[in-house]
Amino acid sequence: MAVATNSAGHPIDLREPSGWRRSKNQIMTILMWLALVIILIPLGFVLVTLISKGAGAISWQFLTNSTIPPNVVPLGTGGMGAAVVGTLEITGFAALLAIPLGVLGAVYLNEYGGNGILARLISFMSSVMTGVPSIVMGLFIYIIWVLHFGYSGMAGSFALACLMLPIVIRSSYEMLRLVPDSLRQGSYALGATKARVTLTVVLPTALSGIVSGALLAVARAAGETAPLLFTILTVEQTNSNLFSGPDTALPFQIFSNAQSAYTGAEARAWGAALTLVAITFILMIVARIITALFTRNTR
Amino acid sequence: MSTVTKADPATPAGSANPLSRRRPLGDRGFQILALAAGLLVLVILVLITVTTAQQSATWFSTAGFKGIFSVQFDGQTHFGAMGVLYGTVISSVIGIIVGVPVSVGIALLLTQVVPARWGRPIVYVIDLLAVVPSVVWGLWGIIVLVPWLQKIYLDIASGVKGIPVLDALFGGANAGGASFFTAGLILAIMITPIITSLSREVIATVPVIDKEGAYALGATRWEMIRGAVWPHSQGGVVGAILVGFGRAMGETIAVALVIGDSVEVTPHLFYSGHSIAAIIALQFGEATGGEFRSALIGLGLFLFVLTILVNLVARWFVERSARRARGE
Repeated sequence: MAVATNSAGHPIDLREPSGWRRSKNQIMTILMWLALVIILIPLGFVLVTLISKGAGAISWQFLTNSTIPPNVVPLGTGGMGAAVVGTLEITGFAALLAIPLGVLGAVYLNEYGGNGILARLISFMSSVMTGVPSIVMGLFIYIIWVLHFGYSGMAGSFALACLMLPIVIRSSYEMLRLVPDSLRQGSYALGATKARVTLTVVLPTALSGIVSGALLAVARAAGETAPLLFTILTVEQTNSNLFSGPDTALPFQIFSNAQSAYTGAEARAWGAALTLVAITFILMIVARIITALFTRNTR
Repeated sequence: MSTVTKADPATPAGSANPLSRRRPLGDRGFQILALAAGLLVLVILVLITVTTAQQSATWFSTAGFKGIFSVQFDGQTHFGAMGVLYGTVISSVIGIIVGVPVSVGIALLLTQVVPARWGRPIVYVIDLLAVVPSVVWGLWGIIVLVPWLQKIYLDIASGVKGIPVLDALFGGANAGGASFFTAGLILAIMITPIITSLSREVIATVPVIDKEGAYALGATRWEMIRGAVWPHSQGGVVGAILVGFGRAMGETIAVALVIGDSVEVTPHLFYSGHSIAAIIALQFGEATGGEFRSALIGLGLFLFVLTILVNLVARWFVERSARRARGE
């Protein structure tokens, strides 16, 4: 190996940094890996517990039987069908409200607002709003809706929609910003109006990113309990009417069963928790697949 | 944000008004619709403030300044905010102290150590943590974690007996599994994904030339992180930590299940306590009386204002560091 020399001809030490500097570097690298291990332990622990305790509770009857039994009843009678139906209806309707509004809001921010003060304010406040506690959204809908029109699944949807709206705005806005300006200019050159350019060129280009962001927002909302506590009340029977009468949902049932001392209630809570986690993971995996397909197409 | 003015043929050069008559009705309609959707964010935030303030008026007028800022909360006649606020802050601070080193460590690992090809699966796994619902952490916390921690807490409590500061923090005869500390641990797990992903975004903006410069001077990787990465991303990471703190304060269901459901102001971290969000969740159903319900809504307003303030400061930090990264 040739010895490196400086301009004066003296050899330069090009060896690895030695001693304490090197050990410190190694210690820090090990600590970083340790951080990853530390966070994987609870995740693995919770998933293993969920599967070992929840899988035994889940059966076709558990998922579809429309009567939620009282807490004292052991596992085997009744099921969580009412909560499954409630979760799907309430979250679905919330998505129906929040996704179009959120995407429109993002369109305003990116296509119309420009660098104006209003657009900047809305953009800033929407990111602040993602940090508003979900329980505050529940209280808000309780005051403006439930006090006047009573408990219903729809009230729960409103609360979840308030929670999803800023998340959808932020993620869609990030996607719209990635659409190249040349596409817009090309369409304008053909004489299209701005609304037409947005609807037929800009949004389709960003579609997969918007969809995957929206699905992540839905996954987060589906697991929320706090906004539902004061908006849907609770029932033991399936309430398929979203628009009137108290309703129930999986997170709500898990929360109330977790506070019970009966083993039947606890087993049902684990079963419901596994079902809920399965629903949110599926939504997230679909979102990931869409993103992966999208990035492959653009490459 | 580009500084070049975009050519916008939808606004013909001759018309000063962007909503000119020359544009078709549908085009203007769409713009108004988009504007309305954007304004909805501001409307909701203002409405939350106004309606919760209105509903908590009973509490404000009955309890008075002294009653609101007292620590006493019994659900009958005393509805002081300070006792529950204490629990919120203590559990969130524990969450931050435990969660931040882990989050920042993972963010550095993903951006500086692991090649991008391996980094992506790790990001997916960390994101799984974020979509595990709060209530599932709570269920796991109360059924698995609390009984397990109970024994450890009791051992620690007897071990630190008589040692001045440690006895006050970790000692005490009433140490139990459902406590401030357990809530803090659960919060640490729950806020790690958000702090990690926000820090990662900031750290990714560190210019490659700075990092290579540090290596060229003979720095080890850790010295490069200290010298090139940290000064550049400091502000953004502080912002990320504050966002995590805001999340921790507002976290409801998991905390409600593991914090122990008793309003107490004590330095003993292994004692049961309460938080603002948890007390609203657990007691709202029973609070049929006028002042009780009004007080809980007032506490909600309190929490709302608190998290908004924390998030305002946090976003200010994040946006400032993003502007610096762009060289503005």
